[in-house]
Amino acid sequence: MSEQSNPIREAIAEAIEQNEVILFMKGTPNAPACGFSMRTVGALQALDARFAAVDVLPDPRIRQELSALSQWPTIPQLFVRGELVGGCDIVTEMFESGELAELLGVEGTATDAAEPAMAEGAPLQIENRLG
Amino acid sequence: MPQAADIKSRIEAAIPGSHADVEDWTGGGDHFRATVVSQAFAGLSRIQQHRLVYDVFGAEIGGPIHALSLTTRVQ
Repeated sequence: MSEQSNPIREAIAEAIEQNEVILFMKGTPNAPACGFSMRTVGALQALDARFAAVDVLPDPRIRQELSALSQWPTIPQLFVRGELVGGCDIVTEMFESGELAELLGVEGTATDAAEPAMAEGAPLQIENRLG
Repeated sequence: MPQAADIKSRIEAAIPGSHADVEDWTGGGDHFRATVVSQAFAGLSRIQQHRLVYDVFGAEIGGPIHALSLTTRVQ
């Protein structure tokens, strides 16, 4: 709303920029806290895709700032190379059509090692820099 | 509490020439599933198509409407 610095939004933008594949979700890949997040993680895992994950639940501001930034109202949100791909519906549809594998540069079970791996599937915490 | 019929009529009113099928996914009035068919989606990416529908509800998505699962098609 104001021109003041917004550490949470900046941290989110940085995470999106620095991770080739990043999923903002409720819960963690190992313990999704919502069915939509679970399905989205499931699609990525089925493709053996490497992705960073951010749990939006610890601080409601992460979700607010993410949606303000992405202009997308719901969680989960998958970003690939800085672009919003979509939420559970779109990711599921793209998984089923093969477009997701194509976008991620994975082909079935064959792993394309051309791109350096940016992040493991371990949850990435966005540091809360507000007091 | 929103009803599936309200969601349907609001989508159809806001997106010209669209047809929406909406169901209350859980029966609880907060998780809906919609299939929306419209010529207005022509030439748009999936993200843009879904945004057109989400924009109908603004801040209600994530508020009273916890989830609106979408399938969009051009016709």
